[in-house]
Amino acid sequence: MAYSENVKSFYEDEINSIRQAGLFKEERYIKSRQAAHIKVEYPNGAPTKNVLNFCANNYLGLSSHPDVIEAAHKGLEDRGYGLSSVRFICGTQDIHRELENKLSEFLGMEDTLLFPSCMEANAGLFEVMLDKEDAMIADRLVHASIVDGIRLCKAQLYNFKHSDMSHLEEKLQETQDCRMRLIITDGVFSMDGDIAKLDTICELAEKYDAMVMVDDSHATGFIGKLGRGTHEYCGVIDKVDIITTTLGKALGGAAGGCVSGKKEIVEMCRQRARPYLFSNTVPPVVVAAAIKVIDLISKSTDRRDKLEDNTKYFRGKMVQAGLDIKKGDSPIVPVMLYNAKLAQDIARDLYAEGIYVVGFFFPVVPKAQARIRTQISADHEKEHLDKAIEAFTKIGDKYKILGKKKEEIIAMYGM
Amino acid sequence: MSEEVKKMIIDYVKKEYLEEDSTMEINEDTKIISSGIVDSFSMVSLKMFLEKKFSIKIPDDKATPEAFDSANNIIHLLKEYTTI
Repeated sequence: MAYSENVKSFYEDEINSIRQAGLFKEERYIKSRQAAHIKVEYPNGAPTKNVLNFCANNYLGLSSHPDVIEAAHKGLEDRGYGLSSVRFICGTQDIHRELENKLSEFLGMEDTLLFPSCMEANAGLFEVMLDKEDAMIADRLVHASIVDGIRLCKAQLYNFKHSDMSHLEEKLQETQDCRMRLIITDGVFSMDGDIAKLDTICELAEKYDAMVMVDDSHATGFIGKLGRGTHEYCGVIDKVDIITTTLGKALGGAAGGCVSGKKEIVEMCRQRARPYLFSNTVPPVVVAAAIKVIDLISKSTDRRDKLEDNTKYFRGKMVQAGLDIKKGDSPIVPVMLYNAKLAQDIARDLYAEGIYVVGFFFPVVPKAQARIRTQISADHEKEHLDKAIEAFTKIGDKYKILGKKKEEIIAMYGM
Repeated sequence: MSEEVKKMIIDYVKKEYLEEDSTMEINEDTKIISSGIVDSFSMVSLKMFLEKKFSIKIPDDKATPEAFDSANNIIHLLKEYTTI
């Protein structure tokens, strides 16, 4: 047997070292639809508990919206469950193209190509666009899927300090001799919730003749007055060359992602992007529901407006309560605790209070930057927000961190 | 010679990776990768800087986080490719 005792113990040791480093990830079983209120079995085998969800990417509250569910049912009836094919053999239905056209219009781009996920869009994009004569200039805090996509590409990699525009400019000057250059950034950064300075990035791109790519997964649908994303928020809707984004967060939350942008680049992805070529097509049920999502959010901004109001209210009250949150406009609201154990302890106590949040710490975020990342949704009502604020205040008081600055929290709990 | 190179590496790390208002002290033994000052994604700038400065190519299998973990480790690595 090839799976010998030695091999088995090799993997057991690795898993143990993950546990010892405090990095072991456990799944929690949710026994309801995704929504503000969910039923959770945690730890496994424990009685089901009703909690308020403050850690989903369900920004617009569309994951279980009745119209979306109805559209999914109709899609299932009309176009079946699966297509048993990649896109270019017999896996493209008319609704795939319809969704791509709707996404192009919504994002203000020339063309769009669906991928099974945004992770795969990011994995495929760079190696299609660039070669060894070219340069990728990436923000240091880009999402892990971009890092993986960059590793698959032969172009030279440069990176700049997070959102540091003069450092970006230095890198643009350093790479003047390259054939083509691509500036790579997230629109909204997933761990800090801050928004890229896309206006300055686009100015620099014009000055130094570089292209701009944005992963807008934590922005599409709700950032900007019409919810088009970071490029709308920053007033550069016609200056970004490529956007990758997901259907798996605000846009219904099921699955799927896309590359949207200049039509030649999208066509290159259609011809050569390996995750597109060799993955199954996005299922018709997901496509049909996503079309409904785009229709809903194109017709009315009510949900993104409510999300904006909820975000302002929550951020304001959390600051008033004396919690140390990262400033910003996005519905990602990190509560800074700096110490990994403290973040885990507080998340556990909040769960006991009926608030479902998760602690994040090194290596997911830099050392001494441990936090609880809360995420606001249009599905939250004021009473939900108040309940979370009340719980944070109670638990914050228990750990004596209310009104305390970074240095004081570190002095009490260490880094 | 290697003292000058050490200083050059430390100055580069400070400029490239620390915020302008940082008060962190970095010396030749400071762990820059395992301490989290520089992550593996950002390490590429340092590798490229050294390759350009000394007109060398450091093979990817030699450019490990351990080899880049301090100015002293980097000097040790550079000695394989240069005469510093």
